[in-house]
Amino acid sequence: MHYSLSDYLADIAHNSIEAKSNYVKITFCEFDKIIEIVVSDNGCGMDEETVRKAQDPFYTDPRKHAARKAGFGLPFLIQAAETCEGTFSISSEMGVGTKVRCTFGRTCIDTPPLGEIVSTVTALMAMDGGYELEFVRSLDGEEYSVKRSELLEALGELETAGSINMARIYVNSLEENIQHNKTGEA
Amino acid sequence: MGKMTLADLKAMRDDKKKEIDRRETDKSVTVIIGMGTCGIAAGAKATFDAMIAELNNCDVVDVVVKQTGCMGFCAVEPTVQVIASGMPTTIYNRVSAEVGVRIVKEHIVGGKLVSEHVYDNPSKDILAD
Repeated sequence: MHYSLSDYLADIAHNSIEAKSNYVKITFCEFDKIIEIVVSDNGCGMDEETVRKAQDPFYTDPRKHAARKAGFGLPFLIQAAETCEGTFSISSEMGVGTKVRCTFGRTCIDTPPLGEIVSTVTALMAMDGGYELEFVRSLDGEEYSVKRSELLEALGELETAGSINMARIYVNSLEENIQHNKTGEA
Repeated sequence: MGKMTLADLKAMRDDKKKEIDRRETDKSVTVIIGMGTCGIAAGAKATFDAMIAELNNCDVVDVVVKQTGCMGFCAVEPTVQVIASGMPTTIYNRVSAEVGVRIVKEHIVGGKLVSEHVYDNPSKDILAD
């Protein structure tokens, strides 16, 4: 199991980025009663059989890990959501893309901590490839969004320690802003 | 710091770039962090954060930092590969945030291996006699 919701997000978002997507959208929302995470992409997609197998911990993409018989990404997430008063759903279509949605009870004692949302998003922005990634975050009605293309335009690149650090500072300022607006602290 | 705009971010980058352009830089160091399910579960994101922060503390901001999936060493995650000119390409294992900081200071800046974390003997059962 992963330690935090951010870790679950990182894990499934990697699937999207690796699925030859050129557009990945992540929403991470805290509503009154639930926390909802949705990851959708326009990558290669899966057929019905593969979608079913991907939820089995003893299956992995044979192209990715030819000699292995384990793939824990989605099974971890399903187990976590289902034990935290939440839900899990996945829909996918070959050549069209995949959408994973999960929810967690916000006050459920078993729901993992949010974890490092800022670091997670920054790291996802800094993966290899020419994909667009849009991250939408909301907290009790306060909202911000970040696009990878905007960061690339401002920074020139997202592969060096210097640029990744600046991207992190930027995302952190947006996250702190909604936290601040929520608490109303000085 | 208050909420930044993209213009603020660009200005920050332009300032930093002026500073970097004034000195000789070595763009030949690459750090690759294993960020598969196994890596994440073992704390690779904390390692990623700590190494980015320390590279910036040590002012070696032009080091390329990449993320990869599972490298097949799930039992000894987080794993970090360092490719630097003048040094052997090295895979480190069990790289916690603290070890990540040491790798930046000792290997990348100091040119010395962090010996106790070098992964030099993978999977004895698959090695030939």
